[in-house]
Amino acid sequence: MAEITLNSLAHSYGEKPDGQKEYAIREMTHVWEQGGAFALLGPSGCGKSTLLNIISGLLEPSEGEVLFDGKRVNELKPEERNIAQVFQFPVVYDTMSVYDNLAFPLRNIGVPEYKVRSKVHEVAEILELTEQLKRKAKGLSADQKQKVSMGRGLVRDDVSAILFDEPLTVIDPQLKWKLRRKLKQIHEQFNITMVYVTHDQLEASTFADKIAVMYNGQIVQFGTPRELFENPAHTFVGYFIGSPGMNFFEADLIQQADGTAAIRFGEYDITASQAMLAQLSDMQVNKITLGIRPEFVHVWDGKSDDAFLVEVDYVEDLGTYKILSFLFNGQMMKARLSEDQKIPSGQIYVSFPEQWTKVYVNDYLVEPKQETQDAN
Amino acid sequence: MQTKVENNKAWFLVLPVFLIVAFSAIIPLMTVVNYSVQDIFDPSTRYFVGTEWFQQVMLDSRLHDALLRQFIYSFTVLAIEIPLGICVALMMPTKGKGASLALILVAIPLLIPWNVVGTIWQIFGRADIGLFGAFMSYIGVDYNYASNPTDAWLTVVLMDVWHWTPLVALLCYSGLRAIPEVYYQAARIDRASRWAVFRYIQLPKLTNVLIIGVLLRFMDSFMIYTEPFVLTGGGPGSSTTFLSQALVQQAIGQFDLGPAAAFSLVYFLIILLVCWVFYTTIMNMQKDK
Repeated sequence: MAEITLNSLAHSYGEKPDGQKEYAIREMTHVWEQGGAFALLGPSGCGKSTLLNIISGLLEPSEGEVLFDGKRVNELKPEERNIAQVFQFPVVYDTMSVYDNLAFPLRNIGVPEYKVRSKVHEVAEILELTEQLKRKAKGLSADQKQKVSMGRGLVRDDVSAILFDEPLTVIDPQLKWKLRRKLKQIHEQFNITMVYVTHDQLEASTFADKIAVMYNGQIVQFGTPRELFENPAHTFVGYFIGSPGMNFFEADLIQQADGTAAIRFGEYDITASQAMLAQLSDMQVNKITLGIRPEFVHVWDGKSDDAFLVEVDYVEDLGTYKILSFLFNGQMMKARLSEDQKIPSGQIYVSFPEQWTKVYVNDYLVEPKQETQDAN
Repeated sequence: MQTKVENNKAWFLVLPVFLIVAFSAIIPLMTVVNYSVQDIFDPSTRYFVGTEWFQQVMLDSRLHDALLRQFIYSFTVLAIEIPLGICVALMMPTKGKGASLALILVAIPLLIPWNVVGTIWQIFGRADIGLFGAFMSYIGVDYNYASNPTDAWLTVVLMDVWHWTPLVALLCYSGLRAIPEVYYQAARIDRASRWAVFRYIQLPKLTNVLIIGVLLRFMDSFMIYTEPFVLTGGGPGSSTTFLSQALVQQAIGQFDLGPAAAFSLVYFLIILLVCWVFYTTIMNMQKDK
């Protein structure tokens, strides 16, 4: 059982990194609480696997510390860290039987054979591998092999965290959800910290209680799937989470004659709370990015005074819902329509509820200070 | 049923291969078969002798001795070269300039023509001018491969090990490079010992290259001729006379083409049989129990 803390951690594969670009992991401080099921979500090449290998000790970070329950483990080798890791491609010891594969980590640390037997049978039971125990691991199917890989992590009593590096990549789709559910059950049963690396948001949100979204070597947001959806802290989160991703458009912040600020997008005025406008004025920016999820774009059936008049481009029917693409001041945007909503055409009215219209400066979310004070 | 026979033109596509194999293997082999069942004096005077040559060859005690020597020799070099080759491959560097350098150094013995290898060792082993021979007499060992059968054996085996271990090492090296890094990572997480990594990851992944290595080394060492011929000439006495040398003595030295042909066929069948037994055994070992 362990809480994993990354303290001002950074990593570069080069010898002497110069500039931020050279870093695979940019300086970050992050805590994975004990017993949680976490996902590390991000596109290929964002540094997720690097981060995982640093936690397990396969890589030594160039800067910063890795702490397990507050103890520095930088100098400990993977075999000394009480950690299990499941890799993208299943690793089984071909010449051994499934039983011997599962027993291997225990035998390596000299566990007596009667304990090995009960533990292996227990884990095989959970993973539904009991019938295969006597078979050679070589002849197993990909998903069974991956279960054996996971099993080798589960047999050890001393494992405080299991790290998964895209473990379901090579598994057939219909088996994926089964294995994922299995993992979830195992997590509930064993109370082990689990970190699950994936680039699939669906996988991340079904497995994890909290998701860390990684982008360009940094964790840009750490939150529940709902938080990531409703309140993306970074434009990348908005873009990466959700299908389709968030709509973004660049607007101007202008200072009006009466001393107040306003947000303008071409000829349209975008409403925002006074607190937000004040906050933006304080920041002294004039370009801001606005984001709204397609799910929250309100499409009016008829004419509406508070709404914007936009041009419908096309409607995609995705079965249970439809995606409406429209041109808003020359920019393509998307809105999600429910099944029973009437299909609009030509010119329609849409509005962006203030609550769901997020403001970003330099890709990071801006939240008005007063609101947070109110919340306190 | 009729339709199936109609288009047999595909057989013509096999014809070139068939011709090549015929000229390279089947026709020469049939010539040998031809000699082995006849007593030929000149093209017009020849007598069919049936299995007489075979009987004579099978009962020849000189050949029995050579066969026994041959087996001992082949298994000795295999027993040394295979483990040694694996060890060398495991120790070879995998990255950087050292890797290329090691590859070149290891491959050098393979580039030397066989009769030159024999000559090198002939000089190398001489007590008066050879480094090895001189060293042996310096440390007080009475070493003379030309007069002492044990020394002759030692030299021949040593020479083969020097010449051919690199082949096994290179095969294993390529096999080891093909193992994905993730296996080693998983083994570290599982706290496998160095020995366990070798036994359960590296060795199983090397099985296929080792089969090739063992078969090649068996066949080559079983047919060895040039190096011992240059080094010891089969002596002292006939202590290092192996099968092919005995065959050459019979065929060219005594011009007994009939018995020599019969002998060749038996020789060929022995190699085929041993390889087959070996291959099937390994393949059966790999099967799912």
